Amino acid sequence: MNPRLRWRKFVSNFMLTLTGVCAVVTVSVLFFILGYLVFHGGTSISWNFFTKLPAPVGETGGGMANAILGSAKLLLLASLLGVPIGFFGAIYLAEFSGSTMAFVVRYAADLLNGVPSIVIGIFAYGLVVLPFKHFSTLAGGFALGLMMIPITLRSTEEFLRAVPDALREGAMALGASKWKTIATIIVPAAYRGILTAILLAFARVAGETAPLLFTAFGNRFWSPGWNQPTASLPVMIFTYAIAPYEDWHRQAWAAGLVLLGLILVINIVARAILSRGIAVPRA
Amino acid sequence: MNRLVATTTTTAPSAGPVAGSRTFLSRLNKGDEIARLITLLFAVSVVLVTLLLVFELWQGSALPRHKFGFNFFRTSVWDPIFDQFGALPFIYGTLVTAAVSLLIAVPLGIGAAIFLAELAPARVSDTLEFFIDLLAAVPSVIYGLLGVFIVIPLMREYIQPGLKNSLGFLPFFQGPAYGVGFLTAGIVLAIMVIPYIISVSREVLLSVPRDQREAALALGSTRWEATWKVVVPFARAGIFGSIFLALARALGETMAVTMVIGNTPAISASLFSPGYSIAAVIANEFTEATGDLYLQSLIELGLVLFLLTFILNGLARLLIVATSQKGSGTGRA
Amino acid sequence: MHASVRPAVSVNIPPTVTSAATRETPSALTMRMTISKVNFYYGSKQTLFDISMGIATSKITALIGPSGCGKSTLLRTLNRMYETVRGARLEGEILLDGQNILAQDVTSLRRRVGMVFQRPNPFPKSIFDNVAYGLKINNSKAPIADSVEKSLRHAALWDEVKDHLHKSAYELSGGQQQRLCIARALAVEPEVLLLDEPCSALDPISTAKIEELLVRLKDLCTIVTVTHNMQQAARISDFTAFLLIGQLIEFSPTPQLFTKPGDPRTEAYITGRFG
Repeated sequence: MNPRLRWRKFVSNFMLTLTGVCAVVTVSVLFFILGYLVFHGGTSISWNFFTKLPAPVGETGGGMANAILGSAKLLLLASLLGVPIGFFGAIYLAEFSGSTMAFVVRYAADLLNGVPSIVIGIFAYGLVVLPFKHFSTLAGGFALGLMMIPITLRSTEEFLRAVPDALREGAMALGASKWKTIATIIVPAAYRGILTAILLAFARVAGETAPLLFTAFGNRFWSPGWNQPTASLPVMIFTYAIAPYEDWHRQAWAAGLVLLGLILVINIVARAILSRGIAVPRA
Repeated sequence: MNRLVATTTTTAPSAGPVAGSRTFLSRLNKGDEIARLITLLFAVSVVLVTLLLVFELWQGSALPRHKFGFNFFRTSVWDPIFDQFGALPFIYGTLVTAAVSLLIAVPLGIGAAIFLAELAPARVSDTLEFFIDLLAAVPSVIYGLLGVFIVIPLMREYIQPGLKNSLGFLPFFQGPAYGVGFLTAGIVLAIMVIPYIISVSREVLLSVPRDQREAALALGSTRWEATWKVVVPFARAGIFGSIFLALARALGETMAVTMVIGNTPAISASLFSPGYSIAAVIANEFTEATGDLYLQSLIELGLVLFLLTFILNGLARLLIVATSQKGSGTGRA
Repeated sequence: MHASVRPAVSVNIPPTVTSAATRETPSALTMRMTISKVNFYYGSKQTLFDISMGIATSKITALIGPSGCGKSTLLRTLNRMYETVRGARLEGEILLDGQNILAQDVTSLRRRVGMVFQRPNPFPKSIFDNVAYGLKINNSKAPIADSVEKSLRHAALWDEVKDHLHKSAYELSGGQQQRLCIARALAVEPEVLLLDEPCSALDPISTAKIEELLVRLKDLCTIVTVTHNMQQAARISDFTAFLLIGQLIEFSPTPQLFTKPGDPRTEAYITGRFG
């Protein structure tokens, strides 16, 4: 083997090993993050965390019960806004629309998807906070719902399109109307993908903080109804992490663990649903 | 609704033939028409809301646009008390942190993507990709949490002093080591955008036709030569697309950045200096903004951010589509 | 370019060949490559069974047979291209100039045994850079531009592209791209050139041009080509091997295989009784 070939083979092995190192480093970051959260957060999770309200500033004890409930309410509102628009809009795109309209709607959805979440917050502020002159759960839910729309829309459309035309034609040939075909054949056939899309959109907005900063704002107490500012897990993590109190730092870790745990579980479940097969026979 | 499922054939029902079938058919159509209209409404609402968003950003920034014009982007003084609003420090901070993050994330990300697409057996590649997708799902505020409690101390105690000692002659690594600053934010951003570079690049590399790599190997290339000189160039456009995507994400990142950048509107060559980014200043000062000019200046910053990410995302999509359409050379007859 | 620096090895033609072949005196016919008792597996599935044959120097050897008979698989063993597929396994011996290719470094082997693929696959580079690629990675001493011109001339493409060397290879037509791929393979001066159905994606005129150039090329290097076009095999090859379901049924000089096939299955195939 001549020396040049030996060098080339050495370079080849070296560079390929290096790429392996890059992959390992990246993946280990994930485990590192999880490890740290489990370690720091795990020790701070307590019954109090889930049931108590935040203690007065500077005092220890207290929990994040209001933030947990607040996040739940925000996500409920977000889903009520984002899922129907995404779902029905996708049905329109996949089953009814012509190509121009489809292009416009998809373009708008992709645009909306790319908007930085803080800018969504600005928009929601202008639309829902200013007119009512106060922060509210409604505003926060609106902002998060906006972010859910494009994810649900595009994914649902893709899965609806993946249903083979053979199924559609079979139903039509039996005399089923279009909407009945959609409701009884197409949507059930694509249900796995649609469910996954909704879950992933949900997981994505569950962790969003920036759009809540000036919509739902925050609250150290319960927030009854939908019209008042409310605490949320992500915002609490932010507030507590940058504050100077040791006890608050511990609670921030705990909240981080809960939030990340929730998001990762939803992600894993969503992918598991999808990987068990698209509920539609491939042509 | 059994009547609707009955045939739509041309055989008319026995009694009252033509009139009966016409109302029957029109009722049938109406069900579909209603469905079409309802779903159209939802689809159109997406377009409307997007248009409204752009409109609100534009209208909501009217004051500073008229008052400052393009000077908004050239002045570096941000003084709410004297109604002086210059966006330069935030633009600078946004660009610098994005640049640092790409400098770190691009080599690492492309390297990992090459490993996953060219070297790893399919199952290993899929498993690792699964974990990397999970990494992409971690919310910004959690990265911020880790940034505050792990990266900042690490920077302050080890990395910044270390860089100062070894490379301190460069203007980038001078100044006091606070732990926060452009470099810290860049590092945290790098971790956040790597998954995007990896997953898009990996997909794009996997879509390169097999026989490109085989042709290179058949000429006596080593595996690295075949990968680096033939496969990667073939996928070049898509890889650039992934970088643009990552850049768009880095520019719009708010929470993690604001927790580690230092939140000081400073323009400095030193990467150790605390700074500010567009998203961070909006997050911090929006609720404190007194007076319309102040608030609207922040909204104008939001408009800038929107336009930047809009352009980058558009370019990214074009590039990624361009790669997937590149065929192997059958050419014209 | 010259045919070979290394001595070719004389070997007895294996027994599947009918007697007429031995009319060629063995000393005049040397074997550039020898395949001995090769069995090939994809995972647990065996696709080549006990193949033994010789590849004669400076001749064109054609591999024919119906789809799935293993001719492409056999071709790809000759430059160890099967190693890019996980689970592919070869048993047996393949000699190039008397040395077992399985014992050598695969990168240098592939420089000596080149390959042209079924669909033209030029790199996303200019015409010049495509041909120069192999030269550059081997850091060849000769001036690159001269070698590029020489290869393009051998591939009958020089006149058509000499003023456009820096244009993208994708601007060429299908037939031109395939000749470019041949030029690219020739640039590294291989001893053997393997072609896997090189004309199947091309129109008849391009096919004719390539067949013409292959016949001229055999002085330069030994050629092995897989084809499912029997007429093509009859037109250009000196020896033809007929494979069926992974087995070598018959291997003879071409005129003999097509006029007086020794095996009834060969006869059935060439008369079109099965495809």
